[in-house]
Amino acid sequence: MLYAKSGEKSDLVIRGARVLDPGEGIDAVLDVRVDGGVISEIGERLDANGHRVLEAAGLVLAPAFVDPHVHLRTPGREDEEDLVSGTRAAAAGGYCAILAMPNTDPVVDSAAVLGSLVERARAEAEVPVGFFAAITKGQAGGELTEMVELAEAGAAGFTDDGKPVVAPGLMRRALQYVAVAGRRIALHEEEPTLTRGGQMHEGRVSAELGFGGWPSIAESLMVSRDLAVAAYEGRPIHLLHLSARESVEALRRAQDEGVRGTGEVTPHHLCLTDEAVRSLDPNLKMNPPLRAEEDRAALIEALRDGTIEAIATDHAPHARHEKEVPFESAPFGVTGLETAFSVLFTRLVEPGVLPLATLLERMSAGPARIYGLDAPRIAVGAPANLVLLDLGESWVVTEAGFRSKSANSWLLGETLRGRVRATVADGRLAYSA
Amino acid sequence: MADVRPFIREELLPPERPPRRHLISIADLTRDDVERLLSLARAFARTLEREVKKLPTLKGRTVVNLFFESSTRTSSSFELAAKRLSADVMSIKAAGSAVDKVESLKDTALTLAAYDPDVIVIRHPEIGAPHLVARFTQAHVVNAGDGKHQHPTQALLDLYTIDEEFGGIEGLHVAIVGDVLHSRVARSNIQALALMGAKVTLVGPPPLIPRGIEAMGCEVSYDIGAIRDADVVYVLRMQSERMLEGENYVPSLREYAERWGVTPARLRPGQKVMHPGPMNRGVEIDSAVADSPDALIERQVRSGLVMRMAVLYDLLAHAPVEEKVAAIQEVA
Repeated sequence: MLYAKSGEKSDLVIRGARVLDPGEGIDAVLDVRVDGGVISEIGERLDANGHRVLEAAGLVLAPAFVDPHVHLRTPGREDEEDLVSGTRAAAAGGYCAILAMPNTDPVVDSAAVLGSLVERARAEAEVPVGFFAAITKGQAGGELTEMVELAEAGAAGFTDDGKPVVAPGLMRRALQYVAVAGRRIALHEEEPTLTRGGQMHEGRVSAELGFGGWPSIAESLMVSRDLAVAAYEGRPIHLLHLSARESVEALRRAQDEGVRGTGEVTPHHLCLTDEAVRSLDPNLKMNPPLRAEEDRAALIEALRDGTIEAIATDHAPHARHEKEVPFESAPFGVTGLETAFSVLFTRLVEPGVLPLATLLERMSAGPARIYGLDAPRIAVGAPANLVLLDLGESWVVTEAGFRSKSANSWLLGETLRGRVRATVADGRLAYSA
Repeated sequence: MADVRPFIREELLPPERPPRRHLISIADLTRDDVERLLSLARAFARTLEREVKKLPTLKGRTVVNLFFESSTRTSSSFELAAKRLSADVMSIKAAGSAVDKVESLKDTALTLAAYDPDVIVIRHPEIGAPHLVARFTQAHVVNAGDGKHQHPTQALLDLYTIDEEFGGIEGLHVAIVGDVLHSRVARSNIQALALMGAKVTLVGPPPLIPRGIEAMGCEVSYDIGAIRDADVVYVLRMQSERMLEGENYVPSLREYAERWGVTPARLRPGQKVMHPGPMNRGVEIDSAVADSPDALIERQVRSGLVMRMAVLYDLLAHAPVEEKVAAIQEVA
């Protein structure tokens, strides 16, 4: 389900890092040796044996990150991102695996389109990439895609991300049928008659600025509906980029009742509220929109208690000329691959809101578990999927620093703490700085 | 040519540029700013009583009016205000310009910026357009209406009109009636009136009153009877042109007029009535109300001229307010 260019697996010794793997229960200063891309030894004062040595005293070595929600804009908008730039950005952000959304042009709704992506990933991808296929043909919400064939061709999951599955009957059919394909269905929850003309969260800020409102219930109504369908069918669903308190509460209730629902949340929804939109900066326009402080608090709490298992960037590159327009006509979406860890470390871990171990788990094992991928771990015999972090380093986010082809980040000019120093993805040193 | 340009600039431009400021939202203003603009407008009103109405104050300055939406009173009053101050004025309407040929707003702004305008006055159907122009040009930007967001000079001229009528704004009660949801005039006025210490009540059908708007410092009533307590009844235009098709904000204009139209029977004698125009007579306002002596609607238009003179002058001249007023009087 994951594809990358084949290349030399690395031989490495990472020396003196604080090795932190919440899943394996490790938190100690140790050396880690990688032979042919596989972790071969964890211990003290390991011999280099001619391997490349990464001196890592004072740094943290953790399982590398998995991003379950990325827009690689390929095929169709390679001017905004392509497989090379997107996977380089991922490597620089500490990711050893990413999952790409199918809302491309053409939509990934046939084995032919998917096959060509898999082929390109095998030639070009710097870190392993998985590809979602659409739930409905053309993401038009009408006919189901050939899910079994798509799964056999390598689809990592199914989603119409960017659009909701509007009709409940179709939603039910998709959930029934995807069981045969053996993949998870992931849902963009938005009731379209409630978001018509919407530009931002409906509340005091939208009232003051005059924007069409995008109410919380537009998300939570659909979340509740789909959790009910999932409960009735006894099938799992995954909820993409949750933003509203009501959605989180519905998910928690459903989980308590035994429904197999999972959720993800983005760094921007964890760090920002609708107050930020007062700047009218088009890089603060996203779908779902930034919501109120109580929503942000509920998302953080859900991430802490595990109701939400995954952090997803929803990395959405846009061409500069498309964002250099009035807020009202700007497209939705911001980039995030290269800033996710740093901004969450700076804004949530350093102030004591979220434990570092929880952040690392939700950025790695959490998302892997949802889609049935092998969780990155630091254990002898495991493929090396490692990220080396300098928690003391401060850096300024600049356009020139991005590997992504697009720079529509809400963090331009911000100083962040914590920086990725190296990424090993599937046994290959994919990034080092 | 390269070494001529700086010479020309130094000779022809005023010796120093004032600190760059914009007027994009009433939220950017303090009460002192508003008081200053009101006294400047009063000073300009006195100059307009003279036979020769033109002042040399902004001679050599350039004002660009960039209008992407149709407008009669706002564009004409900005143009006349600039001319009365002897500025060079260029008025660009969306129709027939590069704008219609799908040029981006950024490129239009860059093109105009090449002429080094001192002020760009912009009206645009999208929220955030003035911010974009401010970002890509060196000009002072005056927002003449951006989507449903703000129309600050309208609110300032309304304050001026109220101030002239009542001799003060603090403690007055203003009812704003109608389609608040689609109204930039309402948003600017709520902020401006609250800033000056007036009480504001919004009156209209629930779908046209945005959720959460009380946080701006106003009260909300769905009952037209609530206008009886107000000193000023400010009637908003029913903005059918901004309404999304099929959204059913109100079942019909007939029912709206019936329930929320401002009619003589719903007013107390002596209550003042305002409307930013253009009016839908028979919908939000009855003709008898619009034409009554208690309607301040024409005075709002006259206030528009002096207030826009005040705004342009205030952005471009940078002296303390007493000196500014004295300077205007001296010329007058």
